[in-house]
Amino acid sequence: MLFKNRMVKDKLMNYLFLWIATASITILVLITLFLFTEGLPILKKVSVKDFIFGEYWYPTSDPADFGIFPLICGSVFVTVLSAAISIPLGVMTAVYLAEIAAARLREIVKPIVELLAAIPSVVIGFFGMVVVAPFLQDWLDVPTGLNLFNAALMLAFMSIPTICSLSEDAIYSAPDALREGSLALGATHWQTIIRVVLPASISGISTAIILGMSRAIGETMVVLMVAGGAAMVPGSIFDPVRPMPASIAAEMAEAPFRGDHYHALFATGIVLFLFTFTFNLVADMIAHKYRQVGEASL
Amino acid sequence: MTNSGTIQQGIKIQPVCETTDKKADAGCAKLFMAKRRRRIIIQQIMFILFRIAAMINGIALFIIVFFIVANGLKAINWTFLSTPPVDSMTKGGILPCIVGTLCLSLGAIVVSFPIGVASAIYLNEYARPGRILRIIRLGISNLAGVPSVVFGLFGLAFFVIWMKMGVSILAGALTLGVMTLPVIIGSTEEALKAVPDTYREASLGLGATKLQTIFWVVLPAALPGILTGGILGISRAAGETAPIMFTAAVFYTPDLPSSIFDEIMALPYHIYVLATAGTEIEATRHLQYGTALVLICLVLGMNLIAILYRSKLRKKM
Repeated sequence: MLFKNRMVKDKLMNYLFLWIATASITILVLITLFLFTEGLPILKKVSVKDFIFGEYWYPTSDPADFGIFPLICGSVFVTVLSAAISIPLGVMTAVYLAEIAAARLREIVKPIVELLAAIPSVVIGFFGMVVVAPFLQDWLDVPTGLNLFNAALMLAFMSIPTICSLSEDAIYSAPDALREGSLALGATHWQTIIRVVLPASISGISTAIILGMSRAIGETMVVLMVAGGAAMVPGSIFDPVRPMPASIAAEMAEAPFRGDHYHALFATGIVLFLFTFTFNLVADMIAHKYRQVGEASL
Repeated sequence: MTNSGTIQQGIKIQPVCETTDKKADAGCAKLFMAKRRRRIIIQQIMFILFRIAAMINGIALFIIVFFIVANGLKAINWTFLSTPPVDSMTKGGILPCIVGTLCLSLGAIVVSFPIGVASAIYLNEYARPGRILRIIRLGISNLAGVPSVVFGLFGLAFFVIWMKMGVSILAGALTLGVMTLPVIIGSTEEALKAVPDTYREASLGLGATKLQTIFWVVLPAALPGILTGGILGISRAAGETAPIMFTAAVFYTPDLPSSIFDEIMALPYHIYVLATAGTEIEATRHLQYGTALVLICLVLGMNLIAILYRSKLRKKM
């Protein structure tokens, strides 16, 4: 009797834990639901096409223009430029840590990368604003140091830790037999890394890169403080831009409750959410489809 | 360099061409050596480049921390830490911000820790591979990727407006809690995975049920790792700005919070406000640096403890 009771209790607990574990999905569904209920009403005012491809974002003028194309451009350019900096740096650091560095050095560098990930975004934004911006302005003789390039630089240092630590895991878990085989054939250490180890861990590295870019496109405080805030399609990398998260964060406080502007900002949130959601799904698909299974991954 | 260097030196060089002429043979060997030397040189150059890439990260961290510490130290004294801002935030301290950030991050962890640990227990101890597990994992990884400003929008729409909490500590803590959930789940799972299966088998073999095994054997063994995750969660919540902008934080409030339905000031938001919208941005620079230093000490300090503790734990395993 006692035994049966415990079994019942066990079964119940199993369901309780399952129920709690679905909390993450519930929250994700709630986020989607509330974004859409607050964002979709803007479509009564503008069509989807005008909203996404409209070139003018003047939400407070009369009549207001709700075209987020400049904001999307801002986000995409900042992310691409930051990826151009963070991918080489992140992957190279990962290769260095996993393949080249001595164990003792690895013990020191790895925590540094993790600490870099832990710096609050507002501090990095503040640093970009008061230190990097004046420096860029003097050094490159541009009208404002708060621009696309500065924001991309700061974002790169926020996404390097993600790219680095995930790539390092992938590289580290490439089977040793591959390395030994390559070295035994007379290849140098470098040739082994570039022709054998990297191709073997490419799926993990791609996942890392996508997740790093997803972090960069969604990052708010850095672009809010450093990107300059001009809602226009940039002509050069030293033009100020206004990426989507910056627009939402800066304007939400002033937007009249449940007015057009308020709904437009939520709709911008939907677009941003769809961007990162796609990035994450792609990363997840790559990770699952090309999972490294021992030597079979080559 | 790892042990592969010694492997290379141990390799005997095979003749690349077979001739009976001894002179030609020597020429071949020379050519081969030259080729090999060139490859070694390329390798050396590449390794130096990679080393530089790794160093740039360290330098970046150092420069950021250096600027904040060098400029922030001047602002920090006991008055700065123990009084509220005065004269429309151009003078005085940051006491309400410190209290606010502590309330928010501790509140967030109270929300996310139990849910996160229970989720991780399900994923690691109960779940069998299959569709449900796959969907839950996909949900968690996507939740981890949601931009912080979208969490802010969600908190505003759901907690502040729909659940009628208003702009309050409660709404902010719940929003941050939702955001830190993936952090807690991830580190708890890692801690649970590190518990050897022999512990579980021994406990089950003694006649304990699965639930008893989890509570009396697995959780105690994984506790240090789980707590480390909790610390990381607190520090993540303490440093975030965007989620609390619409849900909890305000520009200025002179009083310390008296209930969870009060609005509050918070360190990250205070930095942002002073640096972009303050009345005298240049004149309050030292206050901004000081606030940033306090925030960085709080966040990096907690992270350093967690990282060092974790690497010590990993070595033990």
